[in-house]
Amino acid sequence: MDRDELASRVLQLLTAIAPDVDPASVIPGVAFRDQFDFDSMDTLNFAVALHRELGVDVPEKDYAQLASLEKCVAYLHQAMP
Amino acid sequence: MATEFRLPALGADMDAGTVVEWRIAPGARVKRGDVVAVVETDKGAIDVEIFMDGVVREIVVATGNRVPVGTVLALIDTAGQAPPAAAAPAGTGAPEVPSVPVAATAAERPKVSPAARRRALELGVDVAQLRGSGPGGAVTVEDVERARPAVAGPAPPALATAGEEAPAGGMRAAIAAAMSRSKREIPHYYLATHVDVGGTVEWLAAHNASVPAPQRLLFAALIVKAVALTCRELAGFSGFYRDGRYEECESVHVGVAVALRGGGLVAPAIMDTARKPLAVLMDEFRDLVGRARAGRLRASELAAPTIILTSLGESAVETVFPIIQPPQVAIVGAGTIVDRPWVMGGQVVPRPVLGLSLGADHRVTDGRLGARFLARVAERLLDPGSL
Repeated sequence: MDRDELASRVLQLLTAIAPDVDPASVIPGVAFRDQFDFDSMDTLNFAVALHRELGVDVPEKDYAQLASLEKCVAYLHQAMP
Repeated sequence: MATEFRLPALGADMDAGTVVEWRIAPGARVKRGDVVAVVETDKGAIDVEIFMDGVVREIVVATGNRVPVGTVLALIDTAGQAPPAAAAPAGTGAPEVPSVPVAATAAERPKVSPAARRRALELGVDVAQLRGSGPGGAVTVEDVERARPAVAGPAPPALATAGEEAPAGGMRAAIAAAMSRSKREIPHYYLATHVDVGGTVEWLAAHNASVPAPQRLLFAALIVKAVALTCRELAGFSGFYRDGRYEECESVHVGVAVALRGGGLVAPAIMDTARKPLAVLMDEFRDLVGRARAGRLRASELAAPTIILTSLGESAVETVFPIIQPPQVAIVGAGTIVDRPWVMGGQVVPRPVLGLSLGADHRVTDGRLGARFLARVAERLLDPGSL
């Protein structure tokens, strides 16, 4: 999966767990938390979705790497086979 | 024989709702627990379950109508057989029965974002008829806009038409009304304490490092369980004060306050909290928060809490002085866990500290019992293996 595909997949998962977020409005470089009040429950749900849909188990200590779309894509790009 | 199916209570701060979707049509068989309608309230869309088995005789309130709690929404033949066709004539003046296909189960139901649902209500668009283009087939605001009728059909008003008030304003008004009532009627007392939760934080990190994401726990889940167990141990905190007297509830249903991104909050219950193992409790907690934010809570979950936990999460604020949600008589608050100087064995050391607080009702308990309650919650948190 290239970075563009990965970004669109991540956006899809993001809006599946947070349907109140408009995917078109997500700014890649800004933390989800600062853009739409992402909290620890959202982060956990996001990690669960990544585990289920992409088969990537992100350890809790790496959650900070999932903070924004940009960081997320970079992290997943190297974490995925 | 026809039984009246009424709009159930939706919690202290909601006294009316707008039927936005029927998931049943006359002739459909229903069973206890089925989601039969979606009702838009000041706190978002809510799935309404039915609490009887039978066959739908008549839809009394058509979609688009805002009606008070307790209004008859539909008539159900509870004898078990469908009514003869001749029995169908509705009373004069009954609203037209909307032609809604017999609904899919809740699981197959299209997801509709709260914003899309709100827009649909404003435009008079039936979301059940839309094919969603969003993630997982979710109906988006754009889908609703596309389906906008050339001339918006007027909704027949029962109490008032929906959309005459901005939803966020409705949410704010609902919260204000409930909190005003609380402050007017309930003689609150407040207690707060700080707990060194270092050991529990480590226990949790070790647990979460050993399991995949779906099995990880949040600290808040531990607090929920600790509160539930303490409610079973000490009476006077988990129940309802109604008509001048307090009644302890047999089962503890801890409500969790969930902040919504558009502003406002809801507090649905994790049912029978004290009896659930942590893993189950966490799954339900996760599901509940997700559905609260997606606008897919059930009416029963909103009316059930016997006590609420409000947790500030990562806000960096240490203490909350929570306001009781009537008819409940207590609410527990949890602040953000922060590193603070702590005295241990005569030394000042940095420790992760949790601020715990309690708002309780003087008509039922006093500070002495409240202090015992809070201390027991703290003790349980320090022994996470026992939760």
